[in-house]
Amino acid sequence: MTINDFLLMRHEIMLVLIALILLIVDLNLKPTQKPWIIPVAMVLFIIHIIVGFLPAPEGTLFGGMFRSTPLINMMKNVLNIGVFIIMLQSYTWIMKPENREKMSEYFVLMFSTLAGMYFMISSGDFLMFYLGLETATIPMAALAAYTHHQTKSAEAGVKLILSSALSSGILLFGLSLIYGSTGSIYFTDVAASFGAAPMQVLAFLFFFSGMAFKISLVPFHLWTADVYEGSPVNVTSYFSVISKGAASFILILILYKVFFQLIEVWQNVLYIISVLTMVVGNLFALRQKNMKRFLAFSSIAQAGFILLGMMAGSQMGMTSVIYFVLVYIFSNLGAFGVVSAIEAVTGKVEMSDYNGLYRTNPRLSLLMMLAMFSLAGIPPVAGFFGKFFLFTSAASAGYYWLVFIAVLNATVSLYYYLMVVKAMFINKSDEPIAFFRSDNMTRAGLLLSAVGIVVIGFWSQVYEMINNLSVGLF
Amino acid sequence: MNILTLFVLIPVLTTLAIGFTKNMKQTRLVSAVGMSIQLILAAILVFMYLGERNAGNTAEMLFTYDALWFPSLNIHYAIGVDGISVAMILLTAIVVFAGIFASWNMDFLSREFFISLILLATGVFGFFISIDLFTMFLFYEVAVIPMYLLIGIWGSGPKEYSAMKLTLMLMGGSALLMVGLLGIYFYSAPSGGQLTWNLLEISKITIPIEMQRFLFPFTFIGFGILGALFPFHTWSPDGHASAPTAVSMLHAGVLMKLGGYGAFRVAIFLMPEAAQEQAWIFLLLTSISVVYGAFGAIWQKDLKYINAYSSVSHCGLVLFAVLMMNQTAFNGAILQMISHGLMTALFFALIGMIYGRTHTRMINEMGGLMKVMPFLGVVYVIAGLASLGLPGLSGFVAEMTIFFGAFQHTDSFHRILTIMAISSIVITAVYILRVVGILLLGPIKDDHYLHLEDAKWHERLSTVTLVIAIAAIGIAPLWLSDMINVSLGPIVDKISITGFQFVSLF
Repeated sequence: MTINDFLLMRHEIMLVLIALILLIVDLNLKPTQKPWIIPVAMVLFIIHIIVGFLPAPEGTLFGGMFRSTPLINMMKNVLNIGVFIIMLQSYTWIMKPENREKMSEYFVLMFSTLAGMYFMISSGDFLMFYLGLETATIPMAALAAYTHHQTKSAEAGVKLILSSALSSGILLFGLSLIYGSTGSIYFTDVAASFGAAPMQVLAFLFFFSGMAFKISLVPFHLWTADVYEGSPVNVTSYFSVISKGAASFILILILYKVFFQLIEVWQNVLYIISVLTMVVGNLFALRQKNMKRFLAFSSIAQAGFILLGMMAGSQMGMTSVIYFVLVYIFSNLGAFGVVSAIEAVTGKVEMSDYNGLYRTNPRLSLLMMLAMFSLAGIPPVAGFFGKFFLFTSAASAGYYWLVFIAVLNATVSLYYYLMVVKAMFINKSDEPIAFFRSDNMTRAGLLLSAVGIVVIGFWSQVYEMINNLSVGLF
Repeated sequence: MNILTLFVLIPVLTTLAIGFTKNMKQTRLVSAVGMSIQLILAAILVFMYLGERNAGNTAEMLFTYDALWFPSLNIHYAIGVDGISVAMILLTAIVVFAGIFASWNMDFLSREFFISLILLATGVFGFFISIDLFTMFLFYEVAVIPMYLLIGIWGSGPKEYSAMKLTLMLMGGSALLMVGLLGIYFYSAPSGGQLTWNLLEISKITIPIEMQRFLFPFTFIGFGILGALFPFHTWSPDGHASAPTAVSMLHAGVLMKLGGYGAFRVAIFLMPEAAQEQAWIFLLLTSISVVYGAFGAIWQKDLKYINAYSSVSHCGLVLFAVLMMNQTAFNGAILQMISHGLMTALFFALIGMIYGRTHTRMINEMGGLMKVMPFLGVVYVIAGLASLGLPGLSGFVAEMTIFFGAFQHTDSFHRILTIMAISSIVITAVYILRVVGILLLGPIKDDHYLHLEDAKWHERLSTVTLVIAIAAIGIAPLWLSDMINVSLGPIVDKISITGFQFVSLF
């Protein structure tokens, strides 16, 4: 294995290594020393992030099964940053007595699913893609059931694994049809011989439905709310940010790379699905009282917006999707960070518990407000730029009415995001959440997301860099 | 540094400075200093602008600055002003200045209040200096969103409902606007070449007419919602009535002008062909706004609702004039925006001050206030007279110009609508004089009112500033109307309207 091969696969190799090191370290720690796992995991992951930013070569491995380009590397870097913030934000929760004994498992499971997602993003054929998918999914179910002594968490794990199994089945059926109609599972071969024959369209639809489960697009979203609500907050934020972001990256890569011949078909499919996703996600989010469910449904609606960017089928579309996911990571982690900090200290997760929060915890409230504005797409925070560019790329393909529907939906979503702001700033409460200080790790995580929310929009170089990397796609 | 960038920078720095203040006194002092600098700067800008023009500079926009922001989408931070934007900036600076002093005793979460208020002003200033559609849109939304907190936290009455209604309706407007702007961008180079967001560059080309037909309603209604276009005006009375004093002032005085200005600068300027085709629909709607708003004001008993409905009527007149599509009417529209901005800000300031003393806004419960607070009473009468268009005050100048412009259309459709709109002057007189009669004159209805104090120094400063501005425009409108008129030249050329002559009334 040459250094170049390592650089191509560095994310995956590093992650697997880190997971193994953590397991070994964990074996040698006495129960009282368990918290050492956290700094070890942090340091290793920071090294992993830094290695990720080394210059990225372009190339394939294993006869085309695995490929990497600067763009793919960039996607992984984006996700790495998100995972790092989640690790910081989980500190208080993971230090709780009931979680101490299985501390290393949290990190090992998280890194395994991440490695699975990276294999998916880098896959050059459907076999690697499917292997990555399963590697990502199964530890994810274990993560959802992490606090298995709670019924809800255990239930979330089972729900996730069952619905994933179903979606994998559908997806596999699509893949077998693809293989049947083209005689190959390699992306390049499939792309070359794929047309719009009825069977191929059918194959695409099955494949797309499988993916839609992963990104929780309507009508394949039904598992989302229960799993999000049942899982521990930090796992939920991992699902709704990292897992969704990775799935969006994979979907757009495969749509652009493999199914580009079918663009007219998938544009129509995406049109319908994105409208459904935005509308249904919003309608459900409107009525949520539990912050986790609320963020779950709002993240369904956000997925609908991501589809808008994909529809352009151009460099601009690719850029806007990656950029939006980056912005979304920071904004959503800002929101989840606050929810998790509050839940870890007080155990409160209802929206009504947030009444009067600004009086007692002004900084948390301000960050939450920034995150809500960013998710709603209000300037001057980053979310505005993210949404605007998604809409721009949809309009570049002439979908003006779709943009209109989407912006109207963004307005509806503003309503429920403002409800949170209203609770914190306007509503009065007899017993607001008392003032508390989070630990430094959590605060660092919150600060990182706040900086991201404020800076990324104005900092146009970020967008331009993504745009330059997206050139090589076609 | 470019002088225009300062208009965004100073408010931002002021809000940052407010973040470090310890108590209300420091907070309001910092805000007052910041906005005074802004007002002085605006005055300097007017002189610099007039100086440049007198020196023979005929460029369409002056003090331009252009920095590439997002190269791949050709988004620039492009700023520049012409006579119209200079006038609007001056208006904004005056109203914000007066607003700070009108909310001098804001003791509930004062830091947050002034920060949100000045943030709103930042958006407005940024909007008026932008010549790039993207930055324009960005500043537009920056100006809208602090309203939610301002009304929701510091408002009165059904404040949460009003705040939400206002925010959602205005954001719905920006949904329309977004489609319009994106469409303009993607058709900004119909014969190939680089797409652009730059207002001036787009004005040099002609957007394909079939796209104009599609995009014009989006853009016009998008801006029109903020300009209280019937039937999308319903956010306005509720919002204004619930908002705290300074916010009503700023919102009716300045923010609603963003709608008129945008409808003129973007919708009509860039898509004149579609505007001419579709003007009749919107003319009907705006005429309804004008008359309906005036009638609405008659029936109200709450001072703020009266003024809010009268704002619907007056702002309707702005859009009405803009749709008349000739130079005189355009000139009138801009004058009306400034005149209404000043006078409605004055009204809301006075209502806030009266409410602060009597703790009611219902006109039936008050009476004879002139005897106990003569200063506020006199100023109220001045504001009322300006509103009903008394010569010598700003309202007359603006409305006469508009109606002269409108009457240049000789066909009966325009004539009838113009006559309808003119009739609103009479209705305005009815509700203004009725309020003056009940509120200020007549017997004092409540003994408590006998002990009320007249205006304090900061209230006097706030109102006198506005009165001076109103009188200055009323008595010497020429400098303003000329400044606007010169800048209308290129716009009228682009729209290529023939058959109308410019009538200078003053």
